[in-house]
Amino acid sequence: MVFVIRRLLQALFLGLVMSALVFAGIFAVGNPVDILIDPDATQAERARLIAQLGLDRPFHEQYFIFLGNLLQGDFGNSFVYNRPALTLILERMPATLELAFAAIVIAVVLGIPLGVYAGLRHGTPGSQAVMAGSILGFSVPNFWQAIMLIMVFSVMLGWFPVSGRGEVGTFLGIRSSLFTLNGLHHIALPAINLAIGHLALVIRLARSGTREVQAQDFIRFARAKGLSEPRIVLVHLLRNILIPIVTLVGMSFGGLIAFAVVTETIFAWPGMGKLIIDSIRMLDRPVVVAYLIVIVVIFIILNLLVDLLYSLIDPRIRLDEARQ
Amino acid sequence: MSLLQIDNLQTHFFTSAGVVKAVDGVSYAVDRGEVLAVVGESGSGKSVTGLSVMGLIDAPGRVVGGAIRFDGREIAGLPNAEMRKLRGARIAMIFQDPMMTLNPVLRIDTQMVETILAHRAMSRSEAWALSRDTLGRVGIPSPDERMRAYPHQFSGGMRQRVAIAIALLNKPDLIIADEPTTALDVTIQAQILHLMQGLVEEERTALVWITHDLSVVAGFADRVAVMYAGEIVEEARTDDLIAAPRHPYTRGLIGSVPSRNLRGRRLAQIPGGAPPALNRPEGCRFAPRCAFCTEGCERPQELRDKVRCWRAAELPEYAEALA
Ligand SMILES: Nc1ncnc2c1ncn2[C@@H]1O[C@H](COP(=O)(O)OP(=O)(O)OP(=O)(O)O)[C@@H](O)[C@H]1O
Ligand SMILES: [Mg+2]
Repeated sequence: MVFVIRRLLQALFLGLVMSALVFAGIFAVGNPVDILIDPDATQAERARLIAQLGLDRPFHEQYFIFLGNLLQGDFGNSFVYNRPALTLILERMPATLELAFAAIVIAVVLGIPLGVYAGLRHGTPGSQAVMAGSILGFSVPNFWQAIMLIMVFSVMLGWFPVSGRGEVGTFLGIRSSLFTLNGLHHIALPAINLAIGHLALVIRLARSGTREVQAQDFIRFARAKGLSEPRIVLVHLLRNILIPIVTLVGMSFGGLIAFAVVTETIFAWPGMGKLIIDSIRMLDRPVVVAYLIVIVVIFIILNLLVDLLYSLIDPRIRLDEARQ
Repeated sequence: MSLLQIDNLQTHFFTSAGVVKAVDGVSYAVDRGEVLAVVGESGSGKSVTGLSVMGLIDAPGRVVGGAIRFDGREIAGLPNAEMRKLRGARIAMIFQDPMMTLNPVLRIDTQMVETILAHRAMSRSEAWALSRDTLGRVGIPSPDERMRAYPHQFSGGMRQRVAIAIALLNKPDLIIADEPTTALDVTIQAQILHLMQGLVEEERTALVWITHDLSVVAGFADRVAVMYAGEIVEEARTDDLIAAPRHPYTRGLIGSVPSRNLRGRRLAQIPGGAPPALNRPEGCRFAPRCAFCTEGCERPQELRDKVRCWRAAELPEYAEALA
């Protein structure tokens, strides 16, 4: 419990620092008024708008007003859309979350078996093929890979739609395109594109973990007990290689959410990534700040989950020691 | 016919540097209710011999020759599925480092119950009860509670007891114990030794006790096989071997055991180290370190009358040599 509370305080502090930095950053970049206001507007109109947005006040005052509103759960309105910034973000969050989730599932479900296989059959052609594939997946630039995927699987073969999000279904109160066939059809390519780099990483981690654990005495002892090979791999080996993989998944999930921008742009996926790129371009400060705070919260939650998982996987790790 | 009989066993490792003949023509036998100690320096091939019996030699190693007869049946080269039925059921093995042999992320009961269920048609709850009883038998206090603990919650000695309990679960005919006390401190060593002795007597289990420490052997093992550089150099009843070692290497080993030495005498030591496995002398493998080496020792040595030394008969009595 102490652990969770400490985590929450940490989150609060990070969020505060983050908001101040972003606030100052955008203040330094430029004046949103220059972009927002029609160049033909009169001086009076200009002044009225500046006052309305609160941009006439000094920087620190603007920041404290923002903080005060934040404490009441108000992230401010978007300069561009004139709607609550948080609403804008939350509207687009499910699309990004489902994309990141699908990518992680692909990376883990394919990556662990492939990596364990490559580790167990080290030195065989099969293992070498897997490793060559993972190096390739790791080194191909994301945007180029996305374009190739579209060219081959959408344009040439016509198996998948070129872009966009499909139909949305509802399951257990969650609305997601993962719940309809049409939605899955649409998400397949962008999710694969997002997954490939992480898939390569999971394969490498699973392989090196397997090689390391396989040489341990307890695996030899398990074999001396006459256990079947599947039991040794699935129970004795797998649990022991999971810690680094859980870490990677936790970290990269945050990364996937925050940096799905390229994929979202190329596949015209209506997620947060596209929104944030547009908002930065328009100096739409409330949206950018709210977005980054949301990301911080997501990262903190993921970290917390990862630590909780650690202690489930490995009894030697006690929660309060997990991450000081 | 003994329960386990190894004949001229050869286990080689095909490494990029060359063929390592880790076990190079080893023969020994052990019967029910008997304790055979296998003694020798590090790298002499004691573990590899034991692992060969278990069918647990991994690439690049392979049993390339010889016979391993267990209970009247040839088991060298048996398909893995067949070997698996023997392992942990009729032949059990315990390893050196109790910190490493139990899986750190699985509870003790999981690791015990699975050993039973791998071999016997038994309900999970019966297997659990049997595991708990066995844990009690090896001297673990409040076994009911300890069943649910993880390995890191046990001390080294207690962990080795757990490993022994696991080995005993399916009432094996043969236990191969590979230096199970080496990593433990002396008082715990004595306790484990005592425990094993009692268990083996009760069940009339055959026990192969691998060690590099000759002082452990007296009063515990019935017979001793001494290994050097992949070969057995001498085999004898324990009392005979200690009172009258015949091979120069065995003499050296006994001379280096503190309790054997007369008070005030300096501990004898065998000069030098074991030859590298890839580059052994052509003739007697011990010759470069042997105090009795003469002309004629450059010939390969055969095991004659259970000693691998052509001069064994003409060497001075051990007691004389000491004087
Ligand atoms: N996987 C392997 N690859 C190559 N050589 C090996 C391998 N395993 C064992 N050997 C070699 O086999 C020889 C015998 O090793 P073994 O482990 O049987 O010795 P030991 O008598 O048990 O020694 P220790 O007292 O250190 O346990 C050593 O020279 C070792 O280098
Ligand atoms: Mg050994």
